[in-house]
Amino acid sequence: MENMDMEEQGYRDRESGGLERPRIPGRWFSRLGVRSGGMALACGVGWWVVYSQLASFAKWLTYDLLALTSGSHLSSAIEFFIYEVPKVLMLLVLVVFGVGIVRSFFTAERTRAILAGRRESVGNVLAGLLGIVTPFCSCSAVPLFIGFVTTGVPLGVTFSFLIAAPMINEIALVLLFGLFGWKVAALYLSTGLAIAIGAGWVIGRLRLERYVEEWVFQMQMGAGADTSAGLTWPERVRYGKDAVREIVGKVWPYVVLGIAVGAGIHGYVPEGFMARIMGKGHWWSVPLAVAIGIPMYSNAAGIIPVVQALLGKGAALGTVLAFMMAVIGLSLPETIILRKVLKPRLIAVFIGVVGTGILIVGYLFNFIF
Amino acid sequence: MMKRLQVFGPGCAKCKQLAEQTEAAARTLGIEYTIEKVTDLAQIMQHGIMMTPALAVDGEIKVVGRVPSAQEIEKLLS
Repeated sequence: MENMDMEEQGYRDRESGGLERPRIPGRWFSRLGVRSGGMALACGVGWWVVYSQLASFAKWLTYDLLALTSGSHLSSAIEFFIYEVPKVLMLLVLVVFGVGIVRSFFTAERTRAILAGRRESVGNVLAGLLGIVTPFCSCSAVPLFIGFVTTGVPLGVTFSFLIAAPMINEIALVLLFGLFGWKVAALYLSTGLAIAIGAGWVIGRLRLERYVEEWVFQMQMGAGADTSAGLTWPERVRYGKDAVREIVGKVWPYVVLGIAVGAGIHGYVPEGFMARIMGKGHWWSVPLAVAIGIPMYSNAAGIIPVVQALLGKGAALGTVLAFMMAVIGLSLPETIILRKVLKPRLIAVFIGVVGTGILIVGYLFNFIF
Repeated sequence: MMKRLQVFGPGCAKCKQLAEQTEAAARTLGIEYTIEKVTDLAQIMQHGIMMTPALAVDGEIKVVGRVPSAQEIEKLLS
């Protein structure tokens, strides 16, 4: 709707031959906003045109330019690689940019204001959802935790946030979507959210406030400045661009590596290779995957190649999903950071409850698919 | 006039980056400044900061939870 408005406006601008038109008072956009809106639209259209041509481009490059025989292992691996690398990188740029803009609206201050004094059930759901869109880095987990619990956000609600924020990762979401389709991506999103909400609710019910270090409640939390207020659209677009530069700039080698692994599997490795150890037939494969995953730490982009290799060789979806969630959702460094504010008992409950949630998800998907 | 710059953060990579960028921006502008790195958690909380790194100019918090570009910092300082 907003885009349509801007497009129309941009069109009229050109028609009037660039003459200064009187500003319409009370309209939300400025001339600058119109121009960047038009540019955003042009970028979007250009993105879509390139994206929709990638498959035929990969075919042309593989079979016409390189003149490889269709149907061989090598050609199918090369076609897969040439198609997937730009596809996933383009998806990544689009989503990271979009998430960057969305995050310019959600600061930790605003999230806290929304969550303060919420009833538990509603609060857990909101906290899970906000955990996805609020910018978060595990290095800020301690100040965030203190800021939340000292200003009236219930402990369980705080945990829902702290679980959802790392577990549901936009990079993992895009890679899963690009490599395995929307169903796997949607499963990851919805089950990750369910675990965050459920685990936070359980922790809240257990009344574990006494296992938070006492000094936390003595902290004086000052009124923070909400730096998100009054940002203009060009500024928000810059947030998006910064996010692309920072995140895509950091993870692209992992993405290329992951797709190269995938291409190798695509062309060469026979299916069913992993089925014997991580297949559905073994009840112990899910707990084993979680137990291996918890102490491991990797960013989401780094774990996807492993996920791809496991799935490609016939490991069960639920087992692999559980492994991935254990690696990115429950990490040893974050637990060590949280130990500053939580007593060992509460740390153990946190790992236990979230781990159990991941186990349930793993079994559920092995059962359904 | 002397600007009082404070960089908040427990000493993570991004906090160092913000401190360096801020100093670089202040030098580019040629302003007089003092810079203080606040690493104490209690002090960080007292300023209401939940995401690090953060930057305050003359006691007013300008940036929270990210490292802005050099131009943006220059704009905040001038």
